[in-house]
Amino acid sequence: MNFPILSSLILLPTVGAFFLFFTRGNKKNNFTVKYVALFTSFVNFLLSIYLWILFDHTTSEFQFVEQRIWIKDFINYKVGVDGISILFILLTTFITPLCILSVNNSIKERLSEFLIAVLIMESFMIGVFCSLDLVIFYLFFEAGLIPMFLIIGIWGGARRVYSAFKFFLYTLLGSVLMLVAIITIYWLTGTTDVIELYSLGIETKYQNLLWLAFFSSFAVKTPMWPVHTWLPDAHVEAPTAGSVLLAAILLKMAGYGFIRFSLGLFPAASEVFTPLIYTLSVIAIIFTSFIALMQEDMKKLIAYSSVAHMGYVTLGIFTIQQQGIEGSIIQMISHGLVSAALFLCVGVVYDRMHSRLINTYGGIVSIIPKYSVLFMLFTLAALGLPGTSGFVGEFLILMGAFKDNFLVAVIASIGVIIGAAYMLWLYKRVIFGKLINNDLKKMIDLNRSESIILTSLAIPTLFFGFYPDPLINTIEVSISDLIETYNFRLASKI
Amino acid sequence: MTNLQLVFPEIFLSLSIMFLLILGVFKKNSSKIIQNLSLVVLLVTAVITFNETIGIKEVKLFNNSIIIDYLSSLMKIVTLLATFLVLIISSNYLRTFKIFKIEYPILILSSVLGMMIMINSNDLIVFYMGLELQSLALYVLATFNRDQIKSSEAGLKYFVLSALSSGLLLYGCSLIYGFTGSTNFNVIANQLGSSEYAITFGIVFILVGLAFKISAVPFHMWAPDVYEGSPTSVTLFFTMVPKVAALTVFIRFLYVPFLNLIDQWQMILIFLSIASMLFGAIAAIGQTNLKRLVAYSSIGHVGYALAGVATGTNEGMQSSVIYIIIYIIMNLGLFSCLLMMKRENQYYEKIEDLSGLSKNHPMLALSLMIILFSLAGIPPLAGFFAKFYVFKSVIEQSMYFLAIVGLLSTVVAAFYYLRLIKIMYFDKEKEKYDTDHGLWLKFSLTFSTLLILVYFIFPSQLIEVVSRINII
Repeated sequence: MNFPILSSLILLPTVGAFFLFFTRGNKKNNFTVKYVALFTSFVNFLLSIYLWILFDHTTSEFQFVEQRIWIKDFINYKVGVDGISILFILLTTFITPLCILSVNNSIKERLSEFLIAVLIMESFMIGVFCSLDLVIFYLFFEAGLIPMFLIIGIWGGARRVYSAFKFFLYTLLGSVLMLVAIITIYWLTGTTDVIELYSLGIETKYQNLLWLAFFSSFAVKTPMWPVHTWLPDAHVEAPTAGSVLLAAILLKMAGYGFIRFSLGLFPAASEVFTPLIYTLSVIAIIFTSFIALMQEDMKKLIAYSSVAHMGYVTLGIFTIQQQGIEGSIIQMISHGLVSAALFLCVGVVYDRMHSRLINTYGGIVSIIPKYSVLFMLFTLAALGLPGTSGFVGEFLILMGAFKDNFLVAVIASIGVIIGAAYMLWLYKRVIFGKLINNDLKKMIDLNRSESIILTSLAIPTLFFGFYPDPLINTIEVSISDLIETYNFRLASKI
Repeated sequence: MTNLQLVFPEIFLSLSIMFLLILGVFKKNSSKIIQNLSLVVLLVTAVITFNETIGIKEVKLFNNSIIIDYLSSLMKIVTLLATFLVLIISSNYLRTFKIFKIEYPILILSSVLGMMIMINSNDLIVFYMGLELQSLALYVLATFNRDQIKSSEAGLKYFVLSALSSGLLLYGCSLIYGFTGSTNFNVIANQLGSSEYAITFGIVFILVGLAFKISAVPFHMWAPDVYEGSPTSVTLFFTMVPKVAALTVFIRFLYVPFLNLIDQWQMILIFLSIASMLFGAIAAIGQTNLKRLVAYSSIGHVGYALAGVATGTNEGMQSSVIYIIIYIIMNLGLFSCLLMMKRENQYYEKIEDLSGLSKNHPMLALSLMIILFSLAGIPPLAGFFAKFYVFKSVIEQSMYFLAIVGLLSTVVAAFYYLRLIKIMYFDKEKEKYDTDHGLWLKFSLTFSTLLILVYFIFPSQLIEVVSRINII
């Protein structure tokens, strides 16, 4: 494979942003600007589909590997994908065009700057998922803070400054310890190349501290209870497209990091800290579900539900069972689609009524029927109804959990019920009931771009719900290989 | 004769200073010519330095009291180029305040001469001579806007405190001379041993003096006042150039004679470093004046540079040099922005004057944002790499406490950089600033911003240049 397809995936959005940078300015060319951005991200999506077609899912080796000398005798620029990372790249390239399409209604000012931020964000996110060097990974992981900070801060809601600062400082604080750990790994092993580190292994006595340093970063980003508090703030204040990016992709970086680094590099420590992860995950599932139940603000409710869903993900990853990890990845993909869709749904009514409070609405089913149907679909997907992608993920995670720890699995299953409760209750209060607020009568149903966005999210949600094989096929070999190496390492104590 | 060839840059510079001074005195209204000639002199000196000395491995001159090696040549070139940029962007500012006089470039040149001697020194007396030459010029520069009471205050404060620290430094020198019988670095290195603890006293006093010059906590008190009071172009000079010379002396002084006493001075440096990083980060939060804020931020950055020196290894020292070079570039950009915030012959330096800059001056705001994120050390900008190299060398010496405290203080520091970005991007806009800036000002801003932005594409080059320094 001579064509550097992964680097093109990383670079293309930046090149698009570069073009936008030179067309910035007046209001007239908003149209052009949007289509340049849309075109770039769509081409990127096609490119990633092409990548998926070429991808050979019978091997767990890293594919499309590119390597260049970056800092001499120290760091190589190295990218590559395996079954675990390719789905996240697809998710990123799929969600970004939808985000760009959704700005029509929500972003009034400084459109070209917004799109530049989104495109650069896309570059960084793809970079995170395909970098095979710890330093490069860190670089992309941290760099994403800059555009997201601006997206929340410039285009956000009333308390945007507070939220942007909280988001930035929380994540930065989590990440600096990871940097210490990365340098320590370099010092211990003489390399930061992930593939080499997989084969070398890291001495057991160092693993616990290193694991904790990585954990501090990923736990904030996931976010796990009790460091989840930045998430509701950031979600609520960010503009719709920003919330979508945050929920659909940014949160997945941490889940991906847990699988790739915590399990891959520190098996002994992962074994030691599994109880900790279980405890935190279960608390996240139960506790934040209850919090979600009490929310008045739709976006906040969905944000808390994200925390709960990510609780399942971390739980699934640390079961170290084939089903558990597969379930976690599918759950992340599914949550990426569903939470994106839910935030967009909230965005639709927010653009019309300028309120995110649940009690503003009620009884709108007859006024905007198309919207209500799609919203229904995503609500059901969020609570994991069979036939939607949410079910596949949750089911596999719980199956993995039952194999590993019965008690945890039982408690987590209770979470499913509470999850159903808050989602259905939300739907009931917003869509059904008596039409009290007369302003609601003026609401218009979905316009064309909104329909396109929501339908294109609905299709994969349903498709993978009924037929998850394409996803599972892609990740299966990589995961079984990961678990094999994990158990081998554990047995041979390296 | 070869001997004199190697100090030709210094000789040329001092002769030029005298010539310029005479020219300025005898020719009326010659400030523009002097300014331009000074620029030429700086460039020529840099070229001579590059040609004559850069390839030289290590030569000692004048009874071993001056050393020419790769470190000294590199640092001299950095000093000269940084001064060139300072001088070239400060003329508009000086004209606005009607202090565009012949003394300004001449004073700057003489302080540069002092710094070059400091950088070359391999002897306590030579080092002190250079130090005083640069300091005396700097005192006058601080008071350069003499009609303003703040400027005079800044100069006086600087003078009194600096004289105190020079006294301490001299006391340290005399202690070391007393116990080793020599002022030469190499001879001192051979005389260590029996009187180790007594010499430690001398080291401590000299470190105090040096820490004062480089404004490391707890000897930083002068910095915010002096930075605020001095004319902005002088502040720019203060934040960039003297730090290079002081850092070189730090390295030379600790690594040549006293590397064997690392147990004695390492703790002091770690303390200076940690205190500067933390204090710089925390104290900057409450500032409302941009120049004061820059002062605290530069205190913090000095802490990071000292962290590299504290390792006592070649890599650590090299990382400090990289840090200071990147820091200079970032500061150049930052001050170019400050010098652009001008409206009808008045410069604005409160942080609320940045309000809404992104609406009125999108390009200026964008550059400033990039520079601030870089100062905060966010990847993929150059500032991140500077910190990364330092912490890499620190962790390789297993100094985890220093690394973790340092990285945590970057988080604190990120807060006040973010606050500036917040004011620029999230707040309501105010009146527009003038846009008719000189070409050089625009050039230096673009130049520094682009360097910061694309540094991650070519990170090896700077490392290669710096990794040839080898003094242990």
